[in-house]
Amino acid sequence: METRTLTCIGCPLGCTLKAELEGNTVRSVTGNTCPNGEKYARKELTTPERILTTTLPILGGDRPTVSVKTAAPVPKGMMLACMEALRGIRVSAPVNMGQTLVENLANTGVDLVATRAVGREQF
Amino acid sequence: MKNPDLVIIGGGPAGLSAAVAAYEAGLRDILILERDRELGGILNQCIHNGFGLHTFHEELTGPEYAGRFIEKVNALGIPRKLDTMVLSLGPDRSVTATNPADGLFTLHPKAVILAMGCRERPRGALNIPGTRPAGIYTAGTAQHSVNIEGFLPGKRVVILGSGDIGLIMARRMTLEGAKVLAVAELMPYSGGLKRNIVQCLEDFGIPLLLSHTVIDIRGDKRLTGVTLARVENGRPVPGTEISYDCDTLLLSCGLLPENELSRGAGVPLNPVTGGPLVDEGLETGIPGVFAAGNVLHVHDLVDYVTQEAAQAGENAAKYVLSGEKSSENCVKIQCTGGVRYTVPAQVHPGTKSLKIRLRVDKPYRNKRLTVCADGVPVLSRKRPVLAPGEMETLDVTNLPEHFSAITVALEEGK
Repeated sequence: METRTLTCIGCPLGCTLKAELEGNTVRSVTGNTCPNGEKYARKELTTPERILTTTLPILGGDRPTVSVKTAAPVPKGMMLACMEALRGIRVSAPVNMGQTLVENLANTGVDLVATRAVGREQF
Repeated sequence: MKNPDLVIIGGGPAGLSAAVAAYEAGLRDILILERDRELGGILNQCIHNGFGLHTFHEELTGPEYAGRFIEKVNALGIPRKLDTMVLSLGPDRSVTATNPADGLFTLHPKAVILAMGCRERPRGALNIPGTRPAGIYTAGTAQHSVNIEGFLPGKRVVILGSGDIGLIMARRMTLEGAKVLAVAELMPYSGGLKRNIVQCLEDFGIPLLLSHTVIDIRGDKRLTGVTLARVENGRPVPGTEISYDCDTLLLSCGLLPENELSRGAGVPLNPVTGGPLVDEGLETGIPGVFAAGNVLHVHDLVDYVTQEAAQAGENAAKYVLSGEKSSENCVKIQCTGGVRYTVPAQVHPGTKSLKIRLRVDKPYRNKRLTVCADGVPVLSRKRPVLAPGEMETLDVTNLPEHFSAITVALEEGK
C-alpha cells in the first residue's frame, strides 16, 4: 500500500488529500471536505489529464502566431511529447477559430484546434 | 469629428462588456478607443484555458473568451477606433486622442467609461540590487514575446513572484523548451490560484520557494545569474543564499491599475487599490465618468471584470439617457478587521441594493463577513477560507431607508 499526498484544486479551500494506493487502484481518500475532493484525487491518481494550449507559427498571416489547444484533454504525461510533435510545424493563413490544424496529435487521438482567427497579411 | 454620447477608453474585457451592456440599456452612440491594433486586450496573449467558467459555464482560452465579446460588439455594430492612444482626459470629460488615420482629435462625450486595465510592477518599482543587464522581463512581457511574437526570451529562467502570470509563464516557458529553475515568493504563501500551483509548477517539478526573494542580479550585457535568499521579518537571512546560473529573470510581483488619465482629469483615487474611488453605480468623483475592471481594482477572474463592467455600462447609459443623479453626499464604507478595501468605497443614501467587492489583507479560516448599516447587521456570510488573492463579493439587497454609516467587517464566526 502506497500513500500519496496531493492538493485539491476544486475550490479555494485547497484541501490536502491523502490517498491510499494499491498498484493503480485508489483504496481510500481522506482529507477532503466535499465529494469533489475524492473524485479529483481518484481521477488525478489514475488517469490525470490536461488541456494543452500553445501557439504555432503562421505563414502569410496578419500576425506571427496562432494560439491553439487540444480539442479534448490529453494524458498529463503526454504534454511534452505533444509539444515535441509540434516542433517545426507551421500553418498557413487564413485560419478560422476552431479550425483543426493537426489531427491525432502525437497519437493521442485528440486534434489540435485554433483558438482564434488569423487573417491574411495585408499589403 | 462627431461627439459620441459615450466614450469607452480601452477595448479589453472591461471595455467590451461595458459597451455591450450600454447598448443593451438603450444607448446607441458609443465609441470604443483601443490602443492595440485589435480588440480583446490582455486576453489575446493569455492563450491558456480556464476563462469563463462563471460566464459561459465552460473553460475557454483567453482569445476564445475575448472572441465571444468581440463577436457581440461586431454584431451590434458598435464603432471602435483601433491603434488609438488616448493622451488626456479633462475634468469636463473631454477625451484627447491620436491615431494614424485621424491625427490628433478631441471628443466631448456625455459620459466616459475608464477601462484601461492595469500594468505589471517593473524592476524599477521593486528595488532589487545588482547590475542592469538584458534578460529581465515582467512575466507579461515574456508572455507577449512567446505567445504573440513567437520567440522565447531565454533558456534558463528564474521567476520572482508567484502571481498567476508568473506561474502560467513557468509552464509556458517549460513547454517551449526552457528550463525554469525556481519560482521565488517573498510572502509565506502564494499569491496565485491553487490550480496554477498544481498544474503549472507541480506538473513540471518546478520548485516554489516561499519567503524567498532575489538579493543579487549578475551580468554585464546579458543576465548571467541571480542569488535568492530566505526572508524573515522583511530581511534576507545570511547563510541562506542560493545562487542560480540563468539568462532570464521574470518578474510577477503584482499589478498596478493604470490611472495616468484619471489622475490627469482629477479623478480622486483610492490609495489602497490605486483605482478611482467610486460609488454604488461605479461612478467616479467626476460626474459622468465611470470605471470598471482592472483600472478600478485588480481582479483575479475575468468573469468578475465582465460583470463589473456590465454594471458600469448600464449606469453610464442611464446617466446619458436620463441624466438623473442623487446630489446628496455619499456615505463612506468603513472596512474593519482585515478587510483591506471595498469597491464601491462610498454609497449614496437611499441606495437599496448594493454589490460590494472586497479583498482581505492575509489568509484566514473560519470567519464571517458582515455588513452593517448604522451598526445593525444587514448581511452576514460564513467564509471557511479567505485569501488575499481571491476577491469576495457580497450582494446586499436590504439597506434601510436612511443610513449614515456602512461598515464591512471580518469577524470570528462559525
